[in-house]
Amino acid sequence: MQIQKSSMKNSSIRKFLFILPFMVLLGVFAYYPLYGWVYAFFDYTPPIPLSKSPFVGLKWFYTLVENQVKIDQTLQIIKNTFGMSGLNLLFSWLPMIFAIFLNEIKAIRFRRFIQTVTTLPNFISWVLVYSLAFSMFSSEGIVNGLLKQLGVIDSPILLLQNSDHVWIMMWIWTTWKTLGWSAILYIAAIMSIDDSLYEAAYVDGATRMRVIWHVVLPSMVPTYFVLLMLQIASFLNNGLEQYFVFQNAFNKDSIQVLDLYVYNLAMGGGSYSVSVAISMLKSLISVVLLFSVNGLSKRLRGESIV
Amino acid sequence: MSDTAAGLAPNDKVPGSHLTRKMKVQVSPTDKMITVLTYVLFSLYAFICVYPFYSIIINTISANDISAKGDVIFYPINIQFHNYVDAFKIPGLWDAAIVSIGRTVIGTTLTVGASAFLGFMFTQEDMWKRKFWYRYTVLTMFFNAGVIPWYLTMRSLHLTNNFFAYILPTIVAPFFIILVKTFVESTPKELQQAASIDGAGTMTLFFKVMLPICKPILATVAIFAAVDQWNSFQDTLLLVTESKLYSLQFILYNYINQASSISNMVNLQNAGSTAITSLATKQTTTSIRMTVTIIVVAPILLVYPIFQRFFVKGIMLGAVKG
Repeated sequence: MQIQKSSMKNSSIRKFLFILPFMVLLGVFAYYPLYGWVYAFFDYTPPIPLSKSPFVGLKWFYTLVENQVKIDQTLQIIKNTFGMSGLNLLFSWLPMIFAIFLNEIKAIRFRRFIQTVTTLPNFISWVLVYSLAFSMFSSEGIVNGLLKQLGVIDSPILLLQNSDHVWIMMWIWTTWKTLGWSAILYIAAIMSIDDSLYEAAYVDGATRMRVIWHVVLPSMVPTYFVLLMLQIASFLNNGLEQYFVFQNAFNKDSIQVLDLYVYNLAMGGGSYSVSVAISMLKSLISVVLLFSVNGLSKRLRGESIV
Repeated sequence: MSDTAAGLAPNDKVPGSHLTRKMKVQVSPTDKMITVLTYVLFSLYAFICVYPFYSIIINTISANDISAKGDVIFYPINIQFHNYVDAFKIPGLWDAAIVSIGRTVIGTTLTVGASAFLGFMFTQEDMWKRKFWYRYTVLTMFFNAGVIPWYLTMRSLHLTNNFFAYILPTIVAPFFIILVKTFVESTPKELQQAASIDGAGTMTLFFKVMLPICKPILATVAIFAAVDQWNSFQDTLLLVTESKLYSLQFILYNYINQASSISNMVNLQNAGSTAITSLATKQTTTSIRMTVTIIVVAPILLVYPIFQRFFVKGIMLGAVKG
């Protein structure tokens, strides 16, 4: 009995040893970078190593709000982040509408074509999106060429080198890239609707719009709720790539979201410590947001989302 | 999730299709208007999604002097493929192609292998602290230290200007592990039990029994991982300064901003050789930029239509879990 028990223990440990190397990898690349947060508390200027940099406590956190100029700068970044995340949040119902009306198309081949084509942009990188945008909308781009030929305009419209409507432009690129793909989850929700619900609705003489309103839409609410919560949780995480590739001297003031700002600070300006301080604040707030929406979800639906 | 629902659901089953036929009698004018509007709007949106790719392709294979005037709008004019020959004369393009292909092949293989193995191992209930290690893995999806702390730690690990920086951080991917784990859990337990009774160890169980069964889900994981690797840009931006290690995405970004000097260089090379350069094949800033764009996007365009159902399957299975 004793021997059997210890051999079971051995096999249990051996199984763990198989996955240990992978857990180490995860530790190094996902958990160990958290240690990088210590840079926020030192006056770190490369090439002087961290061990020889002076400890400055919370100095960098204070510098974000130390005078009016800094406050304005910080506020502008926050405004951009909130503006662009807010726009995405405001239109978060679009994929749902997309799915509803795609489902209304009864010609299967046509629908399959639409679905394939509209999900494609999700699978190209932001660099490629930028490159396509550049080819289409730059001063020598296809659209400007066409408009000039048609005599609509004399001088090219500079859509990309423009400080106006930057937030809306960014929202348009995001939507172009992700709309078709985001709709797929909602299409799955529509698929799971029981046929008898439709039957009942039609027997009651419901019109098509009423069926959409009373049968199709309610079936998507749970999915929408979960996705909305996750979107709120990542409100501060706009990502770097999209804003980095689209940024230029003209739109810099209105395109810098937190993620781009910390990158520009560190890699452009060499201010690693301030940058890490902001990163750290951002990550902490994001975790709090995640817990909050998770708690909210538990209270409203009795189900956690993570 | 049933298999029919997972494999591109909307096409296989039309909810209430038998009903619509029955109900055709009472199609109201509003219903008709909705139908027409739906078709028009979706066609328009599909056009917006496809046209950028299409217009760039027809521009790169048309005579450069004509495409420069903006005359190529719906179909190619004076077809020529010289741009693609010239593109590979750009210094660094071949190197970058090799880097991109290399990281995609090696990275995908390792990610798929690790996801399969870990997804399987996390179903082994007798593993020491299984629940803890699973949470430890999944948790990493919900936080990150930030780009700069990540950069600083990568640098301290000597993973700057290092090809391994493209591979090592991507090997353990929690989302893919969840996909495989869910799949393994959906297979009958008896399979593993029977093999265990026959004396199969953990490794035999994995390689001989589970791996063959998991093929469909591994195909999904592979296609996702490959697209991620191919599209990856941020790691090169942060970690690589040596031009030998630039990926295609990264040099495309560079070319967008400095294509004029490159087109001059290629034209100069062509002038030196015996090749006849006419206006039709002379490289312009735009022709270089567009040609490289198509070269970088081509693998996605070729692979995507074939594997679209795998992509859809992936997101459906992922949605079930989380």
